[in-house]
Amino acid sequence: MSRPALAVVARAPTRAEVEDLLFDEAMLLDEWKLEEWFALFAPGARYEVPPANAEEGVDSAVSLFYIADDYERLRYRVDRLQDVNAHAEYPHSRCTRLVSNVRILGPRGDGWAVRCAFVTHRSKADVTDVYAGHHLYILTRVGDDLKIARKTTHLDMSSLRPQGRVSIIV
Amino acid sequence: MLDKTGAQSEPHPWVKDDPTAGRFMVSRKAFVDPAILALERQHVFDRSWLYIGHESELPNPNDYLTRSVGGRELIFNRDRTGKFRAFFNTCPHRGAQVVREAKGNAMGFQCFYHGWAFNNNGAFATKIKDGNYPEDFNSDGCANLVEVGRFESYRGFYFVSYWSGIQSLYDYLADARDFMDCIADQSGVGMEIVEGEQAYSMRANWKLLVENSIDGYHAPTTHATYFDYLVKASGGMADMSVMTNADGSNHRSQGLDLGNGHAVVEGLAPWGRPVANWIPAWGEEGKVEIARIRADLEARLGPDRAERIARKSRNLLIFPNLIINDVMAITVRTFYPESPDYMKVNAWAIAPKDETAKMREWRLFNYLEFLGPGGFATPDDNEALEACHKGYKNLIEAGWNDISKGMLRANPFTDDEHQMRAFWREWAKRTRDVAPVEARV
Repeated sequence: MSRPALAVVARAPTRAEVEDLLFDEAMLLDEWKLEEWFALFAPGARYEVPPANAEEGVDSAVSLFYIADDYERLRYRVDRLQDVNAHAEYPHSRCTRLVSNVRILGPRGDGWAVRCAFVTHRSKADVTDVYAGHHLYILTRVGDDLKIARKTTHLDMSSLRPQGRVSIIV
Repeated sequence: MLDKTGAQSEPHPWVKDDPTAGRFMVSRKAFVDPAILALERQHVFDRSWLYIGHESELPNPNDYLTRSVGGRELIFNRDRTGKFRAFFNTCPHRGAQVVREAKGNAMGFQCFYHGWAFNNNGAFATKIKDGNYPEDFNSDGCANLVEVGRFESYRGFYFVSYWSGIQSLYDYLADARDFMDCIADQSGVGMEIVEGEQAYSMRANWKLLVENSIDGYHAPTTHATYFDYLVKASGGMADMSVMTNADGSNHRSQGLDLGNGHAVVEGLAPWGRPVANWIPAWGEEGKVEIARIRADLEARLGPDRAERIARKSRNLLIFPNLIINDVMAITVRTFYPESPDYMKVNAWAIAPKDETAKMREWRLFNYLEFLGPGGFATPDDNEALEACHKGYKNLIEAGWNDISKGMLRANPFTDDEHQMRAFWREWAKRTRDVAPVEARV
């Protein structure tokens, strides 16, 4: 996957700009606006969810994850979640995503590393599950827009119980 | 009891098995009744061989890991001499869990409660001042860790049993051994569990996952979006052309009863197989690598067996709760009911130790396209199982599951239900004589 080439040194984001992006992302997911959510990603982006309790730095090329999508498979994940045959999310679950403790960790490659904590409530058929953890992002500039080049969702839980599935974008 | 034709000579309270009429029914009560779960714990789980782990998970002496197996908390480890062992993870003193880490390497274990310590061969290793206990304390072994009574392995897969009288693991596995061989033989140097565990759960009865794991019938509907992905998004399907089997037949798929409740479905499938069926997504680089793996299989195992291992997928049940599905990757999956409507599931990937880094990456990418709690298929299985379990609330008025598909066919296919009937017949045998009298109506 190739990242877009940057002609000039890109403008570093402020925390407010990063928070705007992450809060927008959470709202789009809560509202199941998945096409608009996918548009937040830079071409060539990756989206990964290591197993619950995994340490940062774990590599999906050598270790078993829950989700390790390249850009093309993430594109299909978005298509699938809008299909009535994605039974696990049909009818759609109701979700509320809380994003907090947003920090810019510093420059990484041609972007910036960002960490935030999250709590996601997913409710379906009288059962409400809670997912808690932290997201690690690499954000990058595409033109002047801040885009997601990489998102890794760490579930800070000892196991995926009783949630049993990551059928939503946590 | 079944007579020589396989027909039941007297009715089972929860399983109706009529091979002549081609009808097989299971009572929905079997999925929801706490009294039946209690019978299962005693007569199914406590009277079977249960999977604890793979030898590759303990590569060195003093390695250990902790596992829940059949409702017990166990330590699976290698002692200082390298010998594989299994202990009940409970202090002989007051019962506290001795090892609370998921895994590690240690010469011994110490209970944090009162400090009792043990060598990793289980022997009590605490010096206690004179006068506290009789001089011959532990001469009967009362202060040692309790070792699991039966502990055996086949081709690197370790099992325990809590029944001292059980037959050897080798005999117990019966015709399932050939299918375990088809997995163990995929590498000349051995298979290994890949780092990373999928520890999840389903809000459904455990037997629904037994059925689902070996069910070819549900795939086109439950997994419509997965096949859509395979055709439209992943770059295309694997070679599905008809093959000639070693016995000269050319059937594409079959479901088999392997004895003792074990069962399998085996057949051609459209996904890529790291061992060894190429898909366009792997490109020319992958084509060369798949050809190399295929040539290695042929050299070691001969052309017929290589063809079968490479091109056919297999979903294998080892009774009662081990699934080894050798599909677009290989998953090793076990599960246990906490209650009739909730099970804990643990799943791992197993792979040839000697595959290339690139093939390992493709394998894990393939695994996640279908398998596990974030895949394009398993979450929908989870939903289906939970939907079944909810449907069983109607069992008073709508009380029976139908598992008859293909019952009158001489050689059932993977999308028939012969393999599920093999599981249920063993389950019926285990529960028949212990079912309460009031249930026999």
